[in-house]
Amino acid sequence: MALLRRPLLLLLIVTHQFLQLWIAFGSVNEEGQKQEEFYEELLLKPLPDRKVLTHFHFQSSAPPTSNGRHHHLFPKAISQLVQKFRVKEMELSFTQGRWNYESWGGFDSIPSSNAKPPGVELWAVFDVPQHLIDPLWKNLTHTLSGLFCASINFLESSTAYSAPEWSFPLASGSLRYGTLPREAVCTENITPWLKLLPCRDKAGISTLLDRPSIYRGFYHSQRLHLTSTGSGSEGMDLGIMLEQTLTVVLQPISQRASLVRDSEKHIQPSWSLSSIFGKQVSGKCVLAETSNVYLLLDRGLVAELKQLHKENEKSIENSLTSENFWTNPSFELSAKPDRIFIEECSLLSKNSSVLYKFEVEKYSEFEPFDLGITWKIPIVWLCQQAPLHASRFLTGSGNERGAIAISLKSTQTTEGFMGAHSNDERCELRVDVFQVVPWYVKVYFHSLQVFVDQQPKAVSDIIEKIHISPSKDKVSPGVMELVLKLPCSMSSTALTIEFDKGFLHIDEYPPDANQGFDIPSAIVSFPNFHASMVFLESDSLNKSPLLSKFQEWSHVMSYTEVLLVPLTTPDFSMPYNVITITCTVFALYFGSLLNALRRRVAEEERFLKDKSAKKTGQLPLLLSKLSAKLRGRRSEPPHSSPVSSSFINSKLVFKVILIAGLAVCWQYYFL
Amino acid sequence: MAETKEKSHSDEKPKPRVRPIVRLGIFLVSHSFLVSVVCFTSGVLALFLLPVLAKNTYISENALMPGSASPMLSNHHVSDGNRLVKDLTNSNLKSSETGIESHKIIAKYMLDVGAEVSFHKFHPQMNQFHPLHFFSSPDSGKIQENCSCSSYGINTVGIIRAPRGDGKEAIVLVTPYNALTSSFGEVLSLGIAYSVFSLLTQVTWLAKDIIWLVVDSQFGEYAAVSAWLREYQTPKFSSHSTLNAEMCPDINYLFEIKVHSMAGSKFSNSFRRAGTMTAALVLKVRDQSEQFDDTVSIYAEASNGQMPNLDLINVVNYLAVHRQGLRVNVEKLWSLLNSGWLKSLGEIFESLATIAKSLNPKFKFGIPATEYVEGIATLASSLYYQALGVPTGPHGAFRDYQVDAITLEISPKFSLDKVWCSDILLRGGRLIEGVIRSVNNLLEKFHQSFFLYLLTSPSKFVSVGVYMIAFALLIAPLPMVAASLYVDANSSKGDSSFLFAITDTDEHGITIRSWRWLNSAKSVFIVHLWGAIVSLLPYFICQIPDCSPTTSFMIWVLLSILSLLILNLVLASPLACVKASQEKEWALVKSVTISSVFIGLGLMSVINFATAEIGALLMVPMCLLARPLKLDVRVGTLRSCCRIICNLVLGHIAFPPAAFFLFKGMLDGFGSANVGDFWMWVESLWAWNSATYLFIGMVQLPCWVLCVSILFHSC
Repeated sequence: MALLRRPLLLLLIVTHQFLQLWIAFGSVNEEGQKQEEFYEELLLKPLPDRKVLTHFHFQSSAPPTSNGRHHHLFPKAISQLVQKFRVKEMELSFTQGRWNYESWGGFDSIPSSNAKPPGVELWAVFDVPQHLIDPLWKNLTHTLSGLFCASINFLESSTAYSAPEWSFPLASGSLRYGTLPREAVCTENITPWLKLLPCRDKAGISTLLDRPSIYRGFYHSQRLHLTSTGSGSEGMDLGIMLEQTLTVVLQPISQRASLVRDSEKHIQPSWSLSSIFGKQVSGKCVLAETSNVYLLLDRGLVAELKQLHKENEKSIENSLTSENFWTNPSFELSAKPDRIFIEECSLLSKNSSVLYKFEVEKYSEFEPFDLGITWKIPIVWLCQQAPLHASRFLTGSGNERGAIAISLKSTQTTEGFMGAHSNDERCELRVDVFQVVPWYVKVYFHSLQVFVDQQPKAVSDIIEKIHISPSKDKVSPGVMELVLKLPCSMSSTALTIEFDKGFLHIDEYPPDANQGFDIPSAIVSFPNFHASMVFLESDSLNKSPLLSKFQEWSHVMSYTEVLLVPLTTPDFSMPYNVITITCTVFALYFGSLLNALRRRVAEEERFLKDKSAKKTGQLPLLLSKLSAKLRGRRSEPPHSSPVSSSFINSKLVFKVILIAGLAVCWQYYFL
Repeated sequence: MAETKEKSHSDEKPKPRVRPIVRLGIFLVSHSFLVSVVCFTSGVLALFLLPVLAKNTYISENALMPGSASPMLSNHHVSDGNRLVKDLTNSNLKSSETGIESHKIIAKYMLDVGAEVSFHKFHPQMNQFHPLHFFSSPDSGKIQENCSCSSYGINTVGIIRAPRGDGKEAIVLVTPYNALTSSFGEVLSLGIAYSVFSLLTQVTWLAKDIIWLVVDSQFGEYAAVSAWLREYQTPKFSSHSTLNAEMCPDINYLFEIKVHSMAGSKFSNSFRRAGTMTAALVLKVRDQSEQFDDTVSIYAEASNGQMPNLDLINVVNYLAVHRQGLRVNVEKLWSLLNSGWLKSLGEIFESLATIAKSLNPKFKFGIPATEYVEGIATLASSLYYQALGVPTGPHGAFRDYQVDAITLEISPKFSLDKVWCSDILLRGGRLIEGVIRSVNNLLEKFHQSFFLYLLTSPSKFVSVGVYMIAFALLIAPLPMVAASLYVDANSSKGDSSFLFAITDTDEHGITIRSWRWLNSAKSVFIVHLWGAIVSLLPYFICQIPDCSPTTSFMIWVLLSILSLLILNLVLASPLACVKASQEKEWALVKSVTISSVFIGLGLMSVINFATAEIGALLMVPMCLLARPLKLDVRVGTLRSCCRIICNLVLGHIAFPPAAFFLFKGMLDGFGSANVGDFWMWVESLWAWNSATYLFIGMVQLPCWVLCVSILFHSC
C-alpha cells in the first residue's frame, strides 16, 4: 500500500506541479494577451475653409511583464528599439505642408499635438545617465533611419541636435531634439509606419489609407509617439505604449464647375469617406479592441449651428439633444451615429463641441461603412485659435548679416480668454519660445530686442527666464529658450535677434547649396493655456485612447515657419578654374618676390663691370673666333650682334608670330 | 628705367641680361604711340563687333523646364479676369473721386479665390541725397512724422500659400495700378494677374507661395514697390506712423471688408509675409500701341547696371515666342536704326563673313546687315541704361534685395476693346502662368546663368568674357603711355642742358628729379579733391528752397569754379613757380592724370561696367591726345594741326554737361535742350544712388579739368 501510495503520490505531485506550471504559464499567457492591446480610431472634422481634417489614431500597448521577447500584437522592432536604447519617451514625425493655424485652429488638442513642422522632427528622452545619452541618440537615429527609410541619420551629427533644458515639460537634461526641415516625405515613409500595425493596411480603418489621396492633401503629418513605463533597470521588460497618428487635411472634390457660384460659394462641400479616400471601411481589424470613427464638430461650428437653429425655428429651445442633433436642417449624415457626446462646458468658452461616434464593428464587407456629410445651408465659422499667432521671418538683405524676427500677434480669441482675467492689472500671459539655430547662422544673443505694441521694451522687463547655449562652429547649434511674460492687453510683440552669416567649408555644403539653408521652426508654447476636451459621460470613454488623449491636460503649442537663409556659396561648377587662377597668382607673386629678394643691385653691377673688364681683354680673341666662324657664310661685322640684340629679338618675335600666323591659316584652310 | 638710362649713358658697356617680360614691357613702353593707336582702334572695333560675337541664349538651369507642361489657364479663369476688369471699370465710372472702392473690389476678388489678403499702407519716401549712402544696403528709412491722410498709398497684397509647400520661398507678381486715374491698360493688367491668380489657387503643383502685389502707383510705381519691400525686408518694429494711418477715415473704411467678408480669418490688417523671394515679375499692359504684333517688352536693368539672371529673361522669351506667339522686345535706341554708317558697317561685316565662308565653309560668324544694325541699337540701349544706373522700372526695387525681377509690358496689336481683351487675357495669362510655373520648378535660387551680360536681341547676349575684351583694349594703352611719358620727362634731352650738370654729379639731384612727379601728383590730387567737393555740392544746393533747375545748375557751376580757385590758391600756390619753371611739367601731369584715370576706370568697371565702357570711350582719347596747344602751334605741321583739332573737339565733348546735351540731342533732337535739364538729370542720378554720378564727379570731371589745363599749359 505504501509502495502503491508512493508512486501515486509522486504522480500526484508531478501532475500537480505540472498543472501548476501549466496554469501559471497559461495565466501569464492569458494576462499578456489581455494586456497587449490595439485600438484603431479615426476622427473626421470639417474645417472652415472647405477642407476636412482626418486624423487616424492607432495605439498598441505592451504590458511590462509580457512574455520575454515575443509579442502578439506589438511590433517587435519598436520594443527592441526601446529596450536597446533605453528610450523613455520618443516622438518622431514626418510632415509635409504647413498647418494653417489661422483657419484650421490652434487651440484644440489636435493642432497642439499633431501640427508639426515640415520635414522630420524627432525628440527622445533616455533613461540612462547623462554621459551615455549622446551615443544612444546617435544609435537611435541610425536605427530609425533604417526603420523608416528616411535620412534621420543626419541627426546624428552634433550640429544637428540640441539638448533643451526646460522647453519640454518632461525633460530634465535627458532629452535630445533634432529636426530635418528639408526631408521630403513620401510613401516610402508610410509603408514602414503601416507595417507596425497588426493589420497593416489590409483590414480595419487603415484600409482607407489610399496613398494617392492622402498625399494629395494640404497637410500630411505622420507621427509615432512611444512611451515606456516601468523602472527599466536590471533587464526587466518595459511596458511600452505606441501611439501612431496620421493627420491629413484634404480638400473634398466639389463640383467646382457649377457656374452659379455666388449663391453656392459658401456652402461647405459635401463629402463622404469614399469620396475623399476613394475607399470604404469594410469592418474592423479583428485584432483591434475597438474600432471607431468619430466626427467632431468644433465649438465655433456648433455655436454657429445653434445660432442658425434659433433663427430658423424659434420653437426648438434646446436643440442640442442627442436625438435631434444629427437630423439637422443644416446638414445630414449618411450613417446613424451610435453615440453623441457633448463636451462639458469649460471655463474658457461657453460653447461646447459635439462628437459623433460610429462603431465600425457593425459593418461588414457586404455593408461597408461610408460616412458622409451633406451640407444644406451655407455656414461660416471660425476655429478656435491659439492665444497668440506666432510668425517668424527674416529681415535684412545681402550675404553678410540679417536678423530673425518672431512676431506674436494676439488673436481674437485671446480677448475672450482675457476677459476673465482682465480685471486685475497684473494679468500676464506666459509664452515659452524655443529656438534652435544652426551654427553657420551666428546669432548675437546680446542683440535680442523686444517690442511690445511697437514700443521697445527692456529685455529684463519682458523676459522672465532665458537659457542660451551659444553655437560652436562645426560642433553644436545655438539654442535659445525664453520664457516671456507679456501683458494681457498687448496686441503685438516682436522679438528680433541679429546674426551674421558664416562660411562653410566647401565639402560641408549640401548638394543644392544655392537654395539656401534652413533655420528649423521655433516652438512657441503657452503654458497658461491647456488644450483639452472633456466629454460628458466619460465613463464609457475610458476605452477610447483617442478621447482620453483629448482629455489630457496639454499645453497649447504652435510651430513657426521654417526659414530659408541664403548663404554665400562658392561656384561649385568651376573648381578647376579657381585652382588654376589661384596657382597662377601664387606663382607670379612668389616668383617675383623671390626674384626681388634674391637680387642685389650693387652686386650685379659689380659683376657686370668685372665681366666687361674681362671682355675688353678677350674681345679681340672673341672677334677672331667669331669671324672665323662666320666667314664661311657671311661677312657681317660681328659688332652689330651684341649691340642690337634687342632689335634682333624683336624681329625674331615678329618672325615667330608671322610663322605661327601662317601655320594657323594653313591649318584652317586645308585641314 | 634703370636700363634705359644706362643705355643712354654708356653705350659701349655691355647691356646686362634683362628678363624677357621686362624687355617686353620696355618694348611696349617705347612704342607706346603705336601700341595705343592699335589698342584703341581695336577696342572700338571690338565694341562694334559685339553683335557679331553675340551668342544665342539658352536655358542654363535645367530645373526650369519652361513650356514642358501645357498651360492650364482656361477660358473659365479668363472670364474671372474679365469680371474683375468689368467691375473695376464700372467702379471707376461710378466713383472716380476716391480709389478706395477699387481697392475693396480687388481685395474682395482675392478673398473669393481663397487667398490671404492684407493692405499695406505706406507713405512714399522722397528720394533724398545721402552722400554716404552709395552702395550701402537699403535701410528701413526714416518715416516722417505727422503725414496727412491724403499722402498715404495703399498696396493690396494677396498671398496664396502653396498647398504642400513648406513656405520657405515665394514668387512675387506685381501689377501697378493707380486707382485715381486708372487707364484701361492698368485694369487689364490686373485682369491678367487675377486670372492667373485664380488658377494658382487651384493647382496642386505649387511649391512656392505666390504673392500678388497690386501696387498703388499714384506716387510712382517704384516708390510703392520699394515701400512694400522695405516693410517686407527691413521692417521697423517701433513706429508711430502706422498708428497715424489707422486714424485716417477712408483707410478705416477699407477694413470694413473684414466684417462683411465671409472668410474673415483670411483677411488681416497686419502685414503679411511669405518666405524668401525667388523672383518677381512686374506686369504692365500698355494702352495704345504702334506695334504690328502683340508684343512683350522686357525691362531688366536695375540700379547701377545690375541685371537679373539671364535665365529669367530666357524663360520669358522662350515662352512668349514659342508658346504664346508673342513678339518679344527689348529696349532699342531707335535713332540708331536708320543710321547709314552702321548699315554700311554691317554690310562690311557681312561681306567679310561671306568671303570667309567662301574660303572655308566652317566659318559661320556673319549676320545680316539689318540684324547687325538692330543688334547695335539694342546693345547701345543696353549699355546706356546700364550706364545710367537708374532702374528702368519697378523691378529695380527688387534687385536691391538680391531678388531677380523683370518688368513685362504687354502691348496689344489693336486698341483694347472687349473682343481682344479676352485674347490678351488668355495669352498674357498663359505667359505669366508658364513663367511662374518654371520658376516654381526651381530648387535653388537663380545662379546658373549669367548676371553680367549685354543683350543684343531678346535671344542673343554678350557675356562678360566677351565684352570685357573691348574695354580691356580701350584702357590697355593708359599705363603704357603713362610710363613712357614719365620716362620721357625724366630723361628728356631738352631739360638736360641745365639739369645735367647737377644730376650727374651728385646723388641728391637724382633723388630730387625722380621724385619730381610728386609735384604733379599733388596737383592731380587737388583736382580730384575738387571733384569730390563738386559732387557733394548738390546736397547743399538742393536745400535751398524754391530753386528752379536752371538756377541750381548756375549756382552749382559758380560754386564749383569758386572752390577750384580757392583750392588752387590755398594748396597749389607755393609750388606754382616751380611748375612754371619746368618745361616738361605737363608731361608729368599728363602721366599722373592718365594713371589716375586708369585706376578710376578700372574701379568703375567693377562697379558698373557699362559706365566704365562709355567713360573710357570718351576719356581715353582725350587723355592720350592731350598736349599743350602752344607746342603744337609752334610746330605747325599737318600732324600737329590734326592734333589741335582733335584736342579741341574732345575737350568739348568730354565735358560732362556737353556730353549729356550731345547725347540728349542725338536722342530727342536739339530743339528742347535746356540748361536745367542737366541739373534734373544729375538730380535723378543721385536720387537713384547711381554710381555713375560718383564716376562723373570724381573721375571724369577732374580728368577733363586736368586735360584742359594741359591743353592751355604755358610752356
